[in-house]
Amino acid sequence: MGLNFISSILFATVVAGTPLIIVALGELVTEKAGVLNLGAEGTMSVGAVAAFAVAHHTGNPFLGILAGMGAGILMSLLFGISALTLMANQVASGLALSIFGVGLSAFIGKPYESVALASVEPIRIPLLHKIPLFGPALFEQQGLVYFSWVLIVLVAWFLYRTKAGLVLRAVGESPVSAHSIGYGVVKIRYQAVLFGGAMAGIGGAFMSVFYTPMWVEGMVAGRGWIALSLVVFATWRPARVMIGAYLFGGCMIAQMFVQGSGVRINIPAQALSAMPYAATVLVLVLISRNRSTIRLNSPASLGQTFLPDA
Amino acid sequence: MKTRNLALATLAGAVLCSTALTAAEPVKVGFVYVSPVGDAGWTYQHDLGRKQMEAALKGQVTTKFIENVPEGADAERIIRQLAQDGNQIIFTTSFGYMNPTEKVSKTFPKVTFFHATGYKSGANMGIYNARFYEGRYLNGVIAGKMSKTNVAGYVAAFPIPEVVMGINAFARGMKSVNPKAEVRVIWVNSWFDPGKEREAAMTLIAQGADMITHHTDSTAVVQAAEEKHKEKGTWAFSYHSDMAKYGPTAQLSGTTHVWGEFYIRTIKEVLDKKWKGTNVWGGMKEGMIQLAPMSKSVPADLQKQIVKLEGEIKTGKLHPFAGPVVDQEGKERVAKGKNMSDSDMNAMNYYVQGVASAFPKN
Repeated sequence: MGLNFISSILFATVVAGTPLIIVALGELVTEKAGVLNLGAEGTMSVGAVAAFAVAHHTGNPFLGILAGMGAGILMSLLFGISALTLMANQVASGLALSIFGVGLSAFIGKPYESVALASVEPIRIPLLHKIPLFGPALFEQQGLVYFSWVLIVLVAWFLYRTKAGLVLRAVGESPVSAHSIGYGVVKIRYQAVLFGGAMAGIGGAFMSVFYTPMWVEGMVAGRGWIALSLVVFATWRPARVMIGAYLFGGCMIAQMFVQGSGVRINIPAQALSAMPYAATVLVLVLISRNRSTIRLNSPASLGQTFLPDA
Repeated sequence: MKTRNLALATLAGAVLCSTALTAAEPVKVGFVYVSPVGDAGWTYQHDLGRKQMEAALKGQVTTKFIENVPEGADAERIIRQLAQDGNQIIFTTSFGYMNPTEKVSKTFPKVTFFHATGYKSGANMGIYNARFYEGRYLNGVIAGKMSKTNVAGYVAAFPIPEVVMGINAFARGMKSVNPKAEVRVIWVNSWFDPGKEREAAMTLIAQGADMITHHTDSTAVVQAAEEKHKEKGTWAFSYHSDMAKYGPTAQLSGTTHVWGEFYIRTIKEVLDKKWKGTNVWGGMKEGMIQLAPMSKSVPADLQKQIVKLEGEIKTGKLHPFAGPVVDQEGKERVAKGKNMSDSDMNAMNYYVQGVASAFPKN
């Protein structure tokens, strides 16, 4: 295996992990506020189709991202109305949103199935992208890849270094206490849910405009669900979400390189395909196996409906 | 389309009843699709066939389709419903519909059923499939002649005989004109995941494949080749549909399914009461498999050679699995002078020489 191979693996790993990081971080913030939104798959799908449609009509991929984000916010607003204002069961609302979103995206997307979008040139950081091995993976990527890194830092900083982050976590730990000292629990939860929706929409936009520049029904192909489980296995820690996402992407790409090398190894292809899932779960469980930290990190009121007057 | 046809059929029925049945009522024909019709792919080709048939038999038939029907218990319900709604001929177009179709066919003896790609048939249930390996072989010949790296990459869905047959045919075609050729396979274990399909294609390209094809349902692989064409000189062969729109420079040719003629012929037979059970496995001769138009990047003399080989396949002079067929381990599967039998082809569970990857054992 030459340097070139390793460089290509690293590059592809970062690309494959990016939508997972963006969506999972959005969900992480939502869950830290005590809300379990299982609608990521549907929100991503609608974000993907909205982004594709706008990018196609305007020819501007950046506007596509904005459209994806907007669509994601609208979708999560639906969830908010159902789960926060009307106080319906969060799990049921989220599942409904996923099913609805996947169907809605197929419906809106019908006219766009025959459209091909030009692929977007990556942003090259001068000089740095020429570094062997790491250069292309780190410095010759789509804008949203850099965005995902900024997002990790921002989310971690917000949650653990700002007052607003502290309040958000308090709402997730004990909404009754937060409410009793005067914080608007429902309002804060709404903000967290909308942020999660915006990120899921951007993740969808990355899929349809940058990753595989096309729209077809079902193209998100389960990535929303993977992002959801990453949040849990990473015990609600932003940095671990990143590790998990790259591990998942890396294993997927690596097993393909093994298959495509033409070297004969006798491992069933099905086992190789299952490897990314198994490896990610295993590693995240191992690094997060300390029970007390799990209890510390998982929001205590996750999934529970909050009644302001109770 | 669906509702309009239904409305038309109802309207037509009403008109006919009021005119005291002077003319024969059009026969209702139903189709069950496994995925959305979309713009390219397996189901899209079936729907093209349906439209062609409907136009050709105007006045004699009305058609209706139900798309995106999961294989399994749901399929039986849908097929039963179509039969109950008065459809007299029903086509079920995916392997997983085999058992439900068989079950429903027994309770509706007056309805004629056709199931694609399976192996169970009955008095009122026919089978049909296409010999796509013939197209694959010719694609392989083009790849063998035009490859500079002598490596072809193949993005494949599931290791079942149908898919393996295509890989082997491609490899034999490639090897027939280029002894150094090798085919590398990546299994993505999904019929449809554009992201994975694209990554698999990119992986193969990064590892030196300059000829790329796929047995999956999206256009992602052809698009990936188009993207890398300038930098790496990657070429692509499409499958199911002609995907030249997605790979205007990179697509050299492809293997396409054409069902229209078969649908017209079969329905006429049923209408004329001449149908007596069929197991149709048609190829280039019957027009059920065609090459996607060769692009102008394929040299003229090679184009001529391909057309000639296509003719030989049609006359039966050339068989992609004519002996000797030797598998990867060096074991002879078909002796010299013989052609592989249909049943052996449908049970293929090994790679032939020319495929570099290991066969995924279960």
